[in-house]
Amino acid sequence: MSLGLLAAAGGEEGFTAPGSPDFWQPLFGTSGALAVTRPAIVLVISAVIIMVVLSVATRRLSIVPGKGQMLTEATYGLVRNSIARDIIGSKDFLRFVPLLFSCFTLILLNNLFGIIPFFQYPTMARIAFPLVLALVIFVVYHYLGIKRRGLGGYLGSLLPPGLPGWIKPLVFVLELITYFITRPVTLALRLFGNMFAGHLLLLLFITGGEYMLLHSGSLGLQIFSIPTFGMGVVMTVFELLVEFLQAYIFTLLAALYIAGSLADEH
Amino acid sequence: MEGNIAILGYGLSAIGPGIGVGLIFAAYINGVARQPEARGMLQTIAFLGFALTEALAIFGLALAFVFR
Repeated sequence: MSLGLLAAAGGEEGFTAPGSPDFWQPLFGTSGALAVTRPAIVLVISAVIIMVVLSVATRRLSIVPGKGQMLTEATYGLVRNSIARDIIGSKDFLRFVPLLFSCFTLILLNNLFGIIPFFQYPTMARIAFPLVLALVIFVVYHYLGIKRRGLGGYLGSLLPPGLPGWIKPLVFVLELITYFITRPVTLALRLFGNMFAGHLLLLLFITGGEYMLLHSGSLGLQIFSIPTFGMGVVMTVFELLVEFLQAYIFTLLAALYIAGSLADEH
Repeated sequence: MEGNIAILGYGLSAIGPGIGVGLIFAAYINGVARQPEARGMLQTIAFLGFALTEALAIFGLALAFVFR
């Protein structure tokens, strides 16, 4: 991948800024639009890593935790206590901890792969992956709401109580759009947009610095490539923050939507 | 000079969320300064508001790459 990028960046016609085509990286089986791509491989690797790490870390649990056990417990505690219990409520949050914990760890590890060397591809920078995750949450919170109140009751519960009669149809349409379109679309697009934009920024700084250093042929630009690489390093650290934050926010919003379907009053 | 005017659209769409995110975190800092023990609850609300506000800028970014 990097070889192709470097060749694209250092062509005769000058520097070409990285764009969305750089994220299409088929590895094998390249027949048209169907291919086993790099993010698919990264996703499979991340799932295997999560399974192995969690099963090894929880095999021998001790009263005085070691480093690995402490890290696992801290992650689990974050999702269980400060996301699930605080938002869904202490009555029936425990059912949803596995779903939220899987979401959190999968998204976190896949996001972190954006800056871990040799992987260096945030899976969620392809829209299909966050879209499927958002669809899972979408199905879960609608299913919970319909199971609890029935279809008519669920649709009726979208309306906030105490509205004057003439405004009810208008608000109902707005709430319908919120629940069925805006929520899943923003849930997917937020994760996708953050990962895509962040990785694009890193690509821009690194390939731009490389172009200025090796292909520009002028001393001024070669000197300027040093702060460009510096910005690349700074943005990598910033990406670490964003990657963690996005995994947290996705799980938080998923818990919030589930809590909304379980709540007694709207 | 050549380029894509959709990118300018992204710049415009980032103004509002930029102001909004600033307001949210200003309110969060104010709240924690006045009542430090409410930090955990305020943090959840602040990040929630941050995520909802930021969505507008993300829409702008996605559309900038869609209409190119």
